[in-house]
Amino acid sequence: MAFFDTIKNIDRRVIFLFIALSVIVPLLFNVIFPERITPIVQKIFDKIEALPEGSRVLISLDFDPSTAPEQEPMVDAVIYHCCQRNVKLYVMALWGAGQNIADATINRIITTHFPNKVYGVDYVHLGYKAGNQGLINVIITDMKKMYTTDVNGTQIDSIPMMRGVRSLKNMDLIAAFGGGFPGLKEWILFAGDPGNIPVAGGVTAVSAPLLYPYYPNQMLGMMGGIKGAAEYESELIRKYPDFEKMPHGGLEMMGPQAVAHVVIMLFIIIGNVTFFIDRKRKTRAN
Amino acid sequence: MINKWTSGSCILVFICASLFGTEVSAQNPEAIPADSLTARAKGQVPGPPTDAGARDTPSDEGHSITVFWQLSPDDRFGENIVTGYRILRAESPGGPFRETGFASAGDTQYTDASTTPGTEFYYMIETQAAGASASSPVIGPVKSSAQWFNFNILNLFIIGGIISAAIGYFIMSARGGKQLFIRKIAGLEAVDEAIGRATEMGRPILFIPGIQDMDDVQTVAGITILGRIAKTIAEYDSKLFVPTSRSIVMTTARESIKEAYLAAGRPDAYSDDYVQYVTDEQFGYVAAVDGIMVREKPATCFYLGAFFAESLIMAETGHSIEAIQIAGTAMPAQLPFFVAACDYTLIGEELFAASAYLSHEPRQLGSLKGQDVGKTIAMTAILAGVALVTIGALFNLELATTAGEWVRDLFKLNQ
Amino acid sequence: MKRQVPLLITFIVGAVLVVAAFIPHNPFGRLGENFSLYFDIIAVFAFFLGGGNLVRIHSGRFFRGLKFYFMEIKKQGGFWPLKMLIAFPFYAMGGIEDRRGKDWFFSMVTLIGFFVMLWAGLFKIGNPGGWQGNVTAPGSLFQDFFMYVFTPLKATMYSLLAFFVASASYRAFRAKNKEATILLVTAFVILLGRTPAGYYVTFWLPDTLSFFQVPNLANWIMGVPNLAGQRAIIVGISLGVISMSLRVILGIERTYLGQDKD
Repeated sequence: MAFFDTIKNIDRRVIFLFIALSVIVPLLFNVIFPERITPIVQKIFDKIEALPEGSRVLISLDFDPSTAPEQEPMVDAVIYHCCQRNVKLYVMALWGAGQNIADATINRIITTHFPNKVYGVDYVHLGYKAGNQGLINVIITDMKKMYTTDVNGTQIDSIPMMRGVRSLKNMDLIAAFGGGFPGLKEWILFAGDPGNIPVAGGVTAVSAPLLYPYYPNQMLGMMGGIKGAAEYESELIRKYPDFEKMPHGGLEMMGPQAVAHVVIMLFIIIGNVTFFIDRKRKTRAN
Repeated sequence: MINKWTSGSCILVFICASLFGTEVSAQNPEAIPADSLTARAKGQVPGPPTDAGARDTPSDEGHSITVFWQLSPDDRFGENIVTGYRILRAESPGGPFRETGFASAGDTQYTDASTTPGTEFYYMIETQAAGASASSPVIGPVKSSAQWFNFNILNLFIIGGIISAAIGYFIMSARGGKQLFIRKIAGLEAVDEAIGRATEMGRPILFIPGIQDMDDVQTVAGITILGRIAKTIAEYDSKLFVPTSRSIVMTTARESIKEAYLAAGRPDAYSDDYVQYVTDEQFGYVAAVDGIMVREKPATCFYLGAFFAESLIMAETGHSIEAIQIAGTAMPAQLPFFVAACDYTLIGEELFAASAYLSHEPRQLGSLKGQDVGKTIAMTAILAGVALVTIGALFNLELATTAGEWVRDLFKLNQ
Repeated sequence: MKRQVPLLITFIVGAVLVVAAFIPHNPFGRLGENFSLYFDIIAVFAFFLGGGNLVRIHSGRFFRGLKFYFMEIKKQGGFWPLKMLIAFPFYAMGGIEDRRGKDWFFSMVTLIGFFVMLWAGLFKIGNPGGWQGNVTAPGSLFQDFFMYVFTPLKATMYSLLAFFVASASYRAFRAKNKEATILLVTAFVILLGRTPAGYYVTFWLPDTLSFFQVPNLANWIMGVPNLAGQRAIIVGISLGVISMSLRVILGIERTYLGQDKD
């Protein structure tokens, strides 16, 4: 029973050690588990897949570096998919930090992997504007009221892909990433619902439950946390095998997440087993 | 002849105009000739919008005018002839008219939010098609003005008034000596025991008032509880640590504790060093708090205020030093962490009730009863709405569905 | 008088702001926003108070500890400057027990961090734009400290959550009674549902029972009972805020000013 007592009084540092190993080992050995896409993520994939060439997709990056590890894989996957479909990308941010993240994302995905894409023709970076949902309220009817230049200071009217775009209603899809305020919820409430524009996006796992009520009527689909990103990436690899050569953070991080969850479950089982054995011992002793 | 009736009528008219806004609605006097409503091919001049008008936007601060119209006859869903409507504005009927906004095809309204109160404006709405456009006649004059009541949130005013009145009623009842039943809150019943434990063990007490500033009501709640607990701590002659994340919280906490020590008759035992500012940065703060916990080993930890992701880090560290932990927050996402890791947790409204609960003062307890009226309203509305919508869906009764939606809309803002 | 004036100010400001929320007309329409700005301005000036307090407390500890350390080394005799230098790392790691000068090493680190960041930001050290440049311009020392010191430290503290979630789960999820068992089962469903394993455990279920497939069940748990519970808590919180605010505005709750006995 010495073994049982050891397990019962397990030092929490042993648990920490197992958690550390469950995260480090899959990362080191690049353990990737196969993912199956769920309907809520599939809807986003199918929508982008069905977009004709030249369609307009607005990408809004509404998060900061603290949630970037969870959100960037989703953004990368969606932008890659849009580039493959040759749709026009309008990139913007409702968070100040989102502008720098958008810069980095454009460099990482579009400039690096799609060098044939031309700025101003295939994609444009509109930058960050303050105003939260007030901004959305304005650009749903008149985009040029808020955006007179792009992030580089170029006049909007001189950008070829901005001609014919007067408002959000000219967009074929709004893909918003961010579970905070403002985020995907504000895009649904102030753009998608009143403007009848398809809205989809991705949020952190913690924020995902708050957005389920909007699916499927007001929100086309949603990626919740790293799992959502991993599902999208797995579908992307299935359809576009070249994507496998690129870094896909979602699938890579699902390995540690899956193993860590299993380790936590094992410890919970061990804890309950020791609890019941201990209770039985005490009952017998009495 | 001016008498009290005519002047009273004038005052009444003035009040109504202020409350309800200047409903100046300028209508398009010309009708579109019937023969021009036949099908128009692409490239030809599109039909102008009809029945255009403008009015002062109600329930606003006077900087907007709402322009409305009926769709151009060529604005038909799916045909993409009309690309949108330009909203043109001038300060005289002869112009010059400048574009003030744009509405998409299918829209029949636009709010011009850049007007100056009291200035007369004239509008024209121009249908836009590929290479061609057509304007409505000039609309106006119309002026924007501020209103004295926002009718868009009238239901909030009414419900808020009912709840406030209920709270006021129960406060008065309690003052009148009426005994009010308040259920026991385990976390608050354990406060004295937790402080006593720390005194017996000769270890300090740690109090964390959250990581937000004094403009957050949770922090105010935390500081009020700190004031009550500090009196007990002073009486027990225990040591207190209050690391704060904001400077204003630091000064408020100091005042609160100083007064508590004074009330306990122990002003000599008070030290400003009980309350220390650490940093505004979330994880820097929790690193410092964890360090204090591991070094000072408090026997009791209170976490009462607004918390974010750092809640579990503090709670787990507190558990590792075998402290009694009493937590309370109104952040729903953090409650599960506190429930899992702490001995007692005050969930949501219990945090706001804590100060009243600990005081045992009738007026404060009365306010807790008043909250129950609000809950009754909420529960009744939820049950009624759900029942109606469910019955409507199950038995295909439109009346029930409509009634359910009406219940829902009672609580909708900005309709 | 000392208590009456703040109570009166609280009542007037509180009542006016509540009423102003319903009045769009000037000056009430912007009152809420303006007061928030006033608070932000006061909070900025309050930084001096907080920073001053930080420096005072930690420099006190630092000099007390340094003095104690110096006396300890000198007591031992010998060439004390060299001894102080050599013994310092051992002392800093807690090798020497002392209560009078306790934690002065951490205070030293705090003060160094505080003044170095202040110096880097205030004088815009290494800033490509010089004094005119943005304090956080790329290439500046301040930005380098932020990116290569502060951000990794922040990420490290955040990642502690992964370990603490595991130890908290191990302790908390015990089937002690009915409610705890339901919690345990729910936790298992969610943990499994958020991994690929969740699909493989129940993929064989027919379409009519697809609701019981773990990922679908996990989404339902998060989206229905969990969300309903959260919303109920939010309703309670809102009512608690109304009650607390009324108590503060009406002066019934005065503990934040001091004790409520006159």
